[in-house]
Amino acid sequence: MSERWAATSRLWRESVLVAGKDLRIEMRSRVAVQQILAFGAIVILLFAFALDPSRGLLPRVAPGLFWITVLLSALLAISRAFAVEAENGALDGLRMSGLDGAAVFLGKTAAIAVQLIVLEVVLAVGVFVLYDVRVVGLLALVPAALAATAGIAAAGTVYGALAGGLRQRETLIPLLVLPVVAPVMIGGTRAFEAALGGTTSQAWPWVQLLTVFAVVYVTMGVLAFGPLLEES
Amino acid sequence: MNTIKRVPWLGAAVVVSLAATALMALVIAPSDASQGDAQRLMYLHVPAAWLAYLAFAVTAIASVLWLVPRTRSITWDLLAGASAEVGVLFTGLTLAMGSIWGRPIWGSWWEWDARLTTTAVLFFLYLGYLALRRAGGSPDARARRSALAALVAFVDVPIVHFSVNWFATLHQQGTVFNAKMQVEISGTMAATLVLAVIAFTLLYGYLVVRRMELLRLEEGFEERELARAIAERIAQESPEMPAGVEMETV
Repeated sequence: MSERWAATSRLWRESVLVAGKDLRIEMRSRVAVQQILAFGAIVILLFAFALDPSRGLLPRVAPGLFWITVLLSALLAISRAFAVEAENGALDGLRMSGLDGAAVFLGKTAAIAVQLIVLEVVLAVGVFVLYDVRVVGLLALVPAALAATAGIAAAGTVYGALAGGLRQRETLIPLLVLPVVAPVMIGGTRAFEAALGGTTSQAWPWVQLLTVFAVVYVTMGVLAFGPLLEES
Repeated sequence: MNTIKRVPWLGAAVVVSLAATALMALVIAPSDASQGDAQRLMYLHVPAAWLAYLAFAVTAIASVLWLVPRTRSITWDLLAGASAEVGVLFTGLTLAMGSIWGRPIWGSWWEWDARLTTTAVLFFLYLGYLALRRAGGSPDARARRSALAALVAFVDVPIVHFSVNWFATLHQQGTVFNAKMQVEISGTMAATLVLAVIAFTLLYGYLVVRRMELLRLEEGFEERELARAIAERIAQESPEMPAGVEMETV
């Protein structure tokens, strides 16, 4: 019993360590804030140009546009999280550190998720201001966003690690991640539509779907990351 | 390593069964009462879809066999790759033929039907898998990466299917597709379909065997070329070796 407790607390400590490392890199390099966040904001702006704001279309399609923007920005964050490891043999350092593969996975996933949550808050404000969306049903919006974010971060980290050491990383990651997160796109959009449309009860099945997706990919990552890191 | 597996008997069986299918489907089977000749596309569409799913299942199983240390062998990796290639090809054909059939029957090239949409996502999932396979690295690294990617993709299939199903049914009740497929088929039509499925399965076997063979040869190619280059360099070793070339590094 105490042994299992020790293992769990070690996993937890190591995950926090890896997440802290990644977030510290982002804090110092400011790539996430200066580039990824700005990228998301300009996409939100461009959608308004494409869909003529005067026709009243934007409030209706806002959930879909929001999640598309999050996904596109997430691709950048995922690429970035593994580009950092590819430089200066950092990945070898990570392998030699003796950290548990599962902890590396959980840490990197958490770091990406934290960045995405910050991004989502900023984008949500942008959508609220620019698209004239009335925000209702926060009680469903927040869990839906959290579950979707966990799913995107977990699936993204798995594929980021699969393609991370390869020279074709930048083009491979979008092709690999986007089809896999299609259910998140569907679930996130429908949940947001239901919540914003005032029918919160219809959002719950989608939140459940998003949660199942997140749980499946966190589990996959925890199981697969050990062998994944061994790859040279 | 030097003999090439050609399986001519399987190739012959494929040609004969496909010819018989063409004859049955185009000439012998009656045209459908409600859909007319457009229905004949079913004899290709259904077996192609079956092949696509069979191929991806084989890829998943081969990937597991590679990952289990006791059964690890390069053959499983090659099988997974070959099967996925054939699967992607037939998924593309399924979509194209479905679309061609949908135009006269539904009146549109595409419907956001659950099965269609799932198949489209599947197509891109495995396109990504093939791209990842081609991204270089040692055979072992590639096999490990590909096997894990195949499983990650395979796990996604039921989730995609489920979410798309929900998405489609919430937006359009009772698609045409389901209604049409309820039409009972019997007699010559059923026989033709069974024959087509058998012919396509043989075709799958043939394509996979040949693709595996090609992948195996590609694998050996680099090693053999390297060995040949080294042998050549050693053979021509002489006092006037080109400057800057160090034998020790070879």
